[in-house]
Amino acid sequence: MPLEISGLVKRFGEGAEAKDVLRGLDLRLRPGECFALLGPNGAGKTTTLRCALGLTTPTAGSIHLCGLPVPDQAREARARVGVVPQIDSLDPDFTCAENLIVFAGYFGIRESEIRPRIPELLAFAGLEGKDKARIQSLSGGMKRRLTLARALVNKPQLLLLDEPTTGLDPQARHLIWERLRRLTAEGTTILLTTHFMDEAERLADRLAILDNGRLLAQGSPREVIAAHIEPQVVEVFGDWKPGGQPDSGAAAWAAAHAGALSRRCEISGETAFCYTDDAAPLLAHLAHQPGLRSLHRPANLEDVFLKLTGRELRD
Amino acid sequence: MSLATAHFAPPVLSLRLFAVWRRNFLVWRKLALPSIVGNLADPVIYMLGLGYGLGMLVPQVEGVSYIAFLAGGTLCYSTMNAATFEVLYSGFSRMHVQKTWEAIMNAPIALDDIVAAELVWAASKSCLAGVAILAVIAAFGFTASPLALAAIPVVFLTGLCFAALGLIMTALAPSYDFFMYYFTLFITPMTLLSGVFFPQNQLPETVRSIAELLPLSHAVSLVRPLLLGQMPTQIGLHVGVLATFTVVAFWLALALTRRRLLK
Repeated sequence: MPLEISGLVKRFGEGAEAKDVLRGLDLRLRPGECFALLGPNGAGKTTTLRCALGLTTPTAGSIHLCGLPVPDQAREARARVGVVPQIDSLDPDFTCAENLIVFAGYFGIRESEIRPRIPELLAFAGLEGKDKARIQSLSGGMKRRLTLARALVNKPQLLLLDEPTTGLDPQARHLIWERLRRLTAEGTTILLTTHFMDEAERLADRLAILDNGRLLAQGSPREVIAAHIEPQVVEVFGDWKPGGQPDSGAAAWAAAHAGALSRRCEISGETAFCYTDDAAPLLAHLAHQPGLRSLHRPANLEDVFLKLTGRELRD
Repeated sequence: MSLATAHFAPPVLSLRLFAVWRRNFLVWRKLALPSIVGNLADPVIYMLGLGYGLGMLVPQVEGVSYIAFLAGGTLCYSTMNAATFEVLYSGFSRMHVQKTWEAIMNAPIALDDIVAAELVWAASKSCLAGVAILAVIAAFGFTASPLALAAIPVVFLTGLCFAALGLIMTALAPSYDFFMYYFTLFITPMTLLSGVFFPQNQLPETVRSIAELLPLSHAVSLVRPLLLGQMPTQIGLHVGVLATFTVVAFWLALALTRRRLLK
């Protein structure tokens, strides 16, 4: 098993100030799968990864990383794991190649062993010929890719990525996704955290939605969508002009009609999200409402995420 | 075991700490020349300036020329400064700004190894600077005794001691500005009280009894006689004090660093 977590509790602070960031988390990764941990800011994603790596001691629960108990044998377990942290931690004093060589040294890998692999590692990161480039000269996307290459110096069984594409442009995100798929195809297990639903939907074999230190849903993207939300969504927005009355918005329309025409309706800003098993009656009604516009689409992971974690802002 | 006591658990070290030491060495090697010149120029200028300038007014101190008296003190305080600067400013950069320590902790290296590596590295770097200063002192003829070579291990121990003390500050620092307090309230007064520029018996009795507890005093008590070709007295005491400061300060620094980073 690449990672087994059961009953994980992490409490920060003591006494009246105590805050449980993780409250009994269970997680089992299967070999060779890509697992996405989704959650809003502050849900406990990074804390879960830090616990898994033995960088912080859990308040309760047990963790096995690559078969070894953590934190007791965290050092040995980390030898089999690669990590792409959220914040750039490349060594600015070194070139790209030197970053890889020095990092390999932390795993006890000799320079003579790692040097022949550098062209391959840089090519994997889409950084061919950049071995002598200084870190300051790299773009954000290049740095993240180099960090990915750095995480592979020890040929890890398990790769942990903390928000690997946050802050990257679409081109850079797609390249990272393609490389991660290549890694899982070669048998590497991947655990990534993200708050991009499309990332999870594209990459993950299975995913879990985490909020307030608990898993709210778990399964393949399709399973999670099927289990937690109605299959059809109609987004309604614009102006509503019922006969003879002054203009009003989608919220007023929803208050008058959405209850009868959809299973569930949520208002967010100026838009009404109507969830339903069959959208036909609703769409027929909307066809006769001048001023209102609508978007009919299948329910996706973001709908599940917002349903389970709420629409309020997180800081 | 509560978290507070867990932070004070004895260090668990592995040989991987030398990979971290080597990382710092490789960075230093890229900038070795400016680094050595930087560590050398300031103390040498002070030594020659004060030594020749003040030396005109003060013909003899404790039986030797003022500049020969000053040489041993210069070697000690410049070692202290080099070790302190390394763990404060460079160490803080690696820990807090560049997140180098966090990257290393994702490898099979524990925080204990990293802090120990910083300690040994800062001592090594200050020792390199110390050897360069010793070479200048010898080149100017302020020491002629082979006993001066015995000052090198003392310089290394002095570097360890002040690296350990500085690591406490690094563990506590919210930003670089914090280090100013350490220099103005601790390092500078210690330099003036530890017999670097003038013999401690010039100090009032009460000040002197406090000054004699300072680690730099013990380093000076060992290094100055060695440079003058004499065997120091109370070697065990002086080495013991420096070693004790090193061990206790390192332990405290490690506990504070664990508290800061292993949340």
